[in-house]
Order: sequence, then C-alpha cells, then structure tokens
Amino acid sequence: MNLFAKKEINFRDKDIETIGREELSDMQFASFMSTMRAALRTEFYKNRFAKIGITSREDIKSLDDLAKIPFTTKEDLREAYPSGLLAVGLEKVVRLHTSSGTTGSPTVIYHTQKDLDNWTELLMRGLTACGVTEKDVFQNMMTYGLFTGGLGLHYAAERLGALVIPAGSGNTRRQMQLMKDFRTTAVHVTPNYMLHIAGRIEELGFKLEELNLKKAFLGAEPFSENARKKIEKSFKIDVYNCYGLSEMNGPGVAMECVYKDGLHIWEDSYIVEIIDPATGKVLPDGQQGELVLTTLKREATPLLRYRTRDLATVFKGNCPCGRTHRRISRIMGRTDDMLIINGVNIFPSQIEEVLMKKPEVGTNYLIELNKRDELDRITIKVEIYAKLFHGSMKELEELRDQLKDELKSTMLVSADVEIHEPGSLPVYEGKAKRVIDNRSKE
Amino acid sequence: MVKQIMVFVDNKPGRLEKITGTLSKETINIRSILISDNGQFGIVKLLVDKPDQANMALSKEGFATAVKDVIAVFVEDSPGKLHDLIKVLSAKNINIADGYGFASNSVFCIETEDDNRQGIEKLIKEKGFKILSGEEFYSM
Repeated sequence: MNLFAKKEINFRDKDIETIGREELSDMQFASFMSTMRAALRTEFYKNRFAKIGITSREDIKSLDDLAKIPFTTKEDLREAYPSGLLAVGLEKVVRLHTSSGTTGSPTVIYHTQKDLDNWTELLMRGLTACGVTEKDVFQNMMTYGLFTGGLGLHYAAERLGALVIPAGSGNTRRQMQLMKDFRTTAVHVTPNYMLHIAGRIEELGFKLEELNLKKAFLGAEPFSENARKKIEKSFKIDVYNCYGLSEMNGPGVAMECVYKDGLHIWEDSYIVEIIDPATGKVLPDGQQGELVLTTLKREATPLLRYRTRDLATVFKGNCPCGRTHRRISRIMGRTDDMLIINGVNIFPSQIEEVLMKKPEVGTNYLIELNKRDELDRITIKVEIYAKLFHGSMKELEELRDQLKDELKSTMLVSADVEIHEPGSLPVYEGKAKRVIDNRSKE
Repeated sequence: MVKQIMVFVDNKPGRLEKITGTLSKETINIRSILISDNGQFGIVKLLVDKPDQANMALSKEGFATAVKDVIAVFVEDSPGKLHDLIKVLSAKNINIADGYGFASNSVFCIETEDDNRQGIEKLIKEKGFKILSGEEFYSM
C-alpha cells in the first residue's frame, strides 16, 4: 500500500465525514443525550440506572460521565429478550433482527424507519468511500433473512443506485454464472467463502477473463492481511474490510477507505471505546483491547457501552483520505476466539497469517486441539494445492517442516502439521468453524 | 518417454480404492504401482497404459496429481546386467530417485532427480542400452 500514491477520494457526506473533532464531540454529546432519554424508556436501562442513582439524563453532564455507566453485555441482551430493551411503541418498529442463538438464548434488535435509514446511510458512506457508484453491479452473496449481512448491504447498494443481485449465499456455480452473465463488479461475501471460490474458479468451468469483478467487500468474520492479499491476487481485485455486528445494526459500523489502512468507524453514530477485557479499564488509542460501542442514533434499541467481544486497536493519527472519523484495526479475533494452549494465548488469525503465505497450501484449514498425557496438543490441518503438487515426498516433508517452524515462531507453541488431500477438510459457505476443541470431551 | 503419474493421498482406507476404481472405470491398465507414505500422507506412483487419460480422470476426481517422465531401459535378465546400467549413471553422478524392475520383460524404469532427461537418455544409449518408447512400454 503506497500512502503517497494519489487516490481518488469520494465522499457520501463530506461535511460529516471530515467534521472537526470538537464539532464532532459536541454533536456526540447532543446525540448521547437523546440516547440516554431513549434508554431510560427501556425496562432494562431504567432498572440498571436506578441501581446507580441515574434517574434522568440530566444526571449526565458530559461525555466523561460515560464512564459511570456499566457495560452492557450479550448476556444482558439475552436476559432482556424479547422486549426489555425496546424504547419505543411497537407500532413505530418496522423491522427486527434476531441473533442466531447458537449459544444460549436469542437476542433481538428492533429498528424504526429512522434506525434503518441511518444504518443504510452509514453503509452508503462506506461503499462510496471505496468507490462504489450507481454504475456498479453489486452481487450480495451473504445470507438474506434474519442475518443482517443480507438486507443491510442490499438496501445500501440499491439506494446508491447500483444494480443489486440478491444472490444470497451458496450454490457457487450459480454465483459464478451470475457474475459472468451480469458482469458483476462488486461482491459482498464472507472471507472464507471467497477463499474457497478462489481455489475453484477453473474447476467450476469459468475463466477470470470472463468476469468483470473489481471489488469485494468482506465481512461477518475476521480475516488476516495475507488472506486479503491471496484473494486480491486470485481475482485481481481490490478487497475491502467491512466491520459490523447486529447489535450495532449490522455491517457498516466501520469500513475501510481506498487506503485500506484501518476501518473508519462512524463516530457521529457510535461512541468508541477500547477496554482491557479482563479489568474493564478504558485504554488509550494505539492499545489493543475489546471494542465497546454506544449507539448515538438508535431509537428503538439504544445500547450503552456494549461489549462487542471483538479485539481491535484504535489507530492514532490521520488517514490520508481526509476523514476525521478514527480508524480501527482489523479485528484480531474475538475475546472468545482466543485459544489457550499450555498457558499460551493464541488467536486463530495468527495461524491464518502463516498459512496464507504459503501458495502450496490451499485456503481451507482446521485447527484441532487435543489433550495427550495432561498436555494440550495443537494440530493444524491444511490441504495440498493441486496445481503446486510436483509428486515429490521430499518437497512435501520440507513444506510440512517449514510450516511447523513458522507456526512455532509465531505461536511460541509447537504444532503438528498435517497435509491433506484437496477438498477433504469441511467446507462452509457462511461463517467457518476453524477450531475443533476436543480437550473438554476427554 | 514413459510417463509416471504421482497422486497425493491421505493415508487412510478407501483412498487407494478410489484411485483403482477411477482407473478401472476408464478401462486403464495399471502396469506398476508404488506406494510410499510417511504415516500421515502418501504418494502413489503409477505407470499405466494411457497416462494422459488417467491423469485427467484422477484430477477430475479431485486428486492432486503430477506427471513426470521416466526412462524405460531394456536390461537383459541375467546377473550383472542391471549393475552395468547403474554403473553408467553413478559414474556421471546421476542420482536415481526411484526405480521399477520388470524382470519378466527385461525392463528397468528409472526416475531421476535430474531434469536433463534427454541428456541422460543419450548417455544410456551411448553405452549400448536400448530405451523403450512410450508405445513400446505401454503395450508390453
């Protein structure tokens, strides 16, 4: 990435996107007051604030008073389900999105029309920042329905005037056919699905020259910088990182700009904090911690100091694009993604960085954890990339040893590496399950 | 030139069967099969009568395959004759990666590490040995 190369900068809303920090602060405070008023209308926050002596928004004098407010967690949302966090009458609610509920009971976020409009607006800002215009053909390859990745980008790209193909996820051959037939220029997809397709373009019967793809917006799960490079190289496109979570609407909470050096988080709509996940202490810019967000524009389901469980860093300094909304790093992992192997903290993303650097190895991988003789053992399973297989046992064993060495220097823990046949590891078209932890089962 | 096919396999039951099944469906005749493995994965080396067809069929089944030329040399079936051939190669520091002996056909197939197969073939011929063409070998 060349910071000195002049890039074309497009703004959806230049005044807001390049607003002065002091003006932004005033704007945030005013919005925060509205948020407090809305929060006090919910059962959940009414009870919580009563416990700490806050009965009206006048008890909040400045943004510094944010620190007085306890964190809101996923558990809180589960307990408040279904209507504990509803701040308006149901007749004003026009949509709701629930979580997958795979672990524990579900959570719900309600939206008024204004909430939806603001969500769409933020995404339109993000798409515009990455050069998407009405001339684009936008194929939305995310699941439609309760999952916010589908409808979120759909409305934003549509409102921007792009031709939206609501493809949904899966059926890879059909996805490629759509890309070819309709000259798709931009896609919205999960990183691991895009990686999966990257290795199969020819196998599916398509040629890169037949496609008109220019950009990919990756979201819904974290991915490494090397995974981005691999996708950019395979498709010859620009890949942009899009961050979001359904509790904060959905995708579009933060988006990279053409400089791909951090994701601009829209501070007119969110108050951003980074905390030490163990102690709750607020950390300064430049230090990695858990991202905590407060909604500033949400009417139906306001959330204060919501712990996202995503680990990130807020960048210091200004982006050459001119936007004054701060940038966050890519998500390094979720606080619950972190693996502890014999006392050492390891994130799957660290492992991914090493694997994606090796062209001989495919894009699918699995991390398996077992216990043997009281010790944790980690096995990384990868697939051989058929095109780079030369039939030499020596080469394969060298590859395996190289991977072992590089993994060891990254993770500080030794891992067993297994090389498997192409297509033999499990495949996911949505969010990937990269870790199989067998330790508790024994 | 005789073509050798190398197939990457997971070391678990059913994989070899997938290979032999695929080849049998294509009515391909296996002339030789060598399996080397390290416990976790292996490489199956095949000499078949229709190597290009076999390679395509196996790739289509999802196997990672590679093709390499090997030299089929006519070696009289009597003591000392193979030794004479091997001496020729070691004298020129040519390393043999793998070899297949077909005693009843008097043929020895050599896989060398060296990529200069044409040079090696020339050397073997100069020393008086006969090299089989692909067709001659496949129809053995």
